[in-house]
Amino acid sequence: MTSARPVLTVLAALVAIWYAASVWMNATWVFDQAERAGQSVTWAEVVPQTMAQARPLLPPPHQVAAELWKGVAGQKITSKRSLVYHGLITLRGTMMGFALGIVLGVALAVSIVRYRVMELSVMPWAIISQTIPIVALAPMILTLSNQMGIDSREVPKAIISAYLSFFPVLVSMVKGLRSPDQMQLDQLKTYGASENQTFWKLRLPASMPYFFASLKVAVAAALIGTIVGELPTGAIEGLGARMLIGSQFGEPLIMWAALFAAAILAGMLIVTVGVIERLANTRMGVRP
Amino acid sequence: MIWFFGALLFWIGAWWGNVRLATGPASHSAGGRIAVAALFGITVLVLWEGYVRGFGISPVILPAPTAIAAKFAGSLGTLWADFVQTVIKGALSGFLIGVAAAFVVAVAIDRSPFLQRGLLPVGNFVAALPIVGLAPVLVMWFGFDWQSKAAVVVVMVFFPVLVNIVAGLNSADRMQRDLMATWSASYWQSLWCLRLPAAMPFVFNGLKIASTLALIGAIVAEFFGSPIVGMGFRISTEVGRLGLDMVWAEIVVAALSGSLFYGVISAIEKRVTFWHPSQRG
Repeated sequence: MTSARPVLTVLAALVAIWYAASVWMNATWVFDQAERAGQSVTWAEVVPQTMAQARPLLPPPHQVAAELWKGVAGQKITSKRSLVYHGLITLRGTMMGFALGIVLGVALAVSIVRYRVMELSVMPWAIISQTIPIVALAPMILTLSNQMGIDSREVPKAIISAYLSFFPVLVSMVKGLRSPDQMQLDQLKTYGASENQTFWKLRLPASMPYFFASLKVAVAAALIGTIVGELPTGAIEGLGARMLIGSQFGEPLIMWAALFAAAILAGMLIVTVGVIERLANTRMGVRP
Repeated sequence: MIWFFGALLFWIGAWWGNVRLATGPASHSAGGRIAVAALFGITVLVLWEGYVRGFGISPVILPAPTAIAAKFAGSLGTLWADFVQTVIKGALSGFLIGVAAAFVVAVAIDRSPFLQRGLLPVGNFVAALPIVGLAPVLVMWFGFDWQSKAAVVVVMVFFPVLVNIVAGLNSADRMQRDLMATWSASYWQSLWCLRLPAAMPFVFNGLKIASTLALIGAIVAEFFGSPIVGMGFRISTEVGRLGLDMVWAEIVVAALSGSLFYGVISAIEKRVTFWHPSQRG
């Protein structure tokens, strides 16, 4: 817990900056109102007014917290205004994309390590694929799956998030499957192990720490992919759609609450994956 | 149908050729490696073309590569304008500002281990957040033109780059720092001559991550409002008009500029961190 104090200090500083910024940005509106009413206002009067606007330019933290609380605890989970409801939809998309990304990443990594022709032909394209901004492809993937008669919005979202999350898994797995050193490989050769046995008994176990380390990156990428998949596509459900609605209807509080809900979801996912990683590592006897 | 079977035949031939190339002696030369990768890419394109022609797929669903190429060649002017608006004005300026800001902050907190210990976990966490969700907010603040896109990019690249620079500045080991101290180097001398160069592999790692993020940010921000030029704008309107060949042409532009961006950073990295084991290979 030695790092708790510095972290809290930094967080407090960030909140303070945020308050200052929201006073500064929202003050313009207060001054405008006062000018229109023909009054002059002093700073002492302005500050409280910047704290409680209905449509602030930058809502102060407590307003966002209140809206977030209202969205999480103040509604039934099934309500369309509940952030838990939208969060679950985003979570489902994220998990589907994450699973798809893991399967794709591991399968590609295995074939790349096994067959040299795969390495030479697929690996460069996998790297190039990540330099293509996925958001350019996102609306495309949506229309494509629409035309092919897939009505659900889940599938395109999952594809987008898999596209972002497979790469970290692929890179780490290739590294992990190649991590056994020559000595260990030689030993298995002296045991007369076949290529398959070497894979199952040496390469795969050796790659596990790499695999779990990559999952943390991959799950964050999957969440970003899902939210991007919800943003430009006219989706009506999910945290990304909530942000879009907040932006289109000029309701900054909705937007900020959805943003923080997404941040909390990201935090929970990363912590969960971290716990799984630690459990798996202790069980498999990985020494730090 | 003849098209499709032709493409299949090409696929089998290319496969055979690739296996020959990859298992033969040519695979150890740079040319052989490029040839294998290129053959794979071409095969995908040929299969795509054959599939579209063979089954008469409507261009509204999936345009053929040749159609996309024709559209690309036919609308170079529009594509260039979009490229300048999104990549040069939005992504690149945001990228430079964000990296510069991260650099200044990293050096500013460098002297305080307390702040660093606080900032690293926070920064690492923020770097994993879907910051792209801030795009609508920033578009609201900075208006529809490229300034708001640059702002989104600044926010997106700031934390990943900051975390990497801070980690990099701490990467010079004890011995090397002690050596600088025995030469009675000042803080700034030690920073400039030892720790900044030692940080470069980390910095470039951050820059590479940021280069992809920058393009994503610039394009996403355009979905929330933009002038009538820009890649994100073009993509969303052309999807609505079912002009998918234009969308694909924009995707080609995005892919090219993304790869170019990444390639330039890798090339600079090679020059700057020539001493690092990963570059000496």
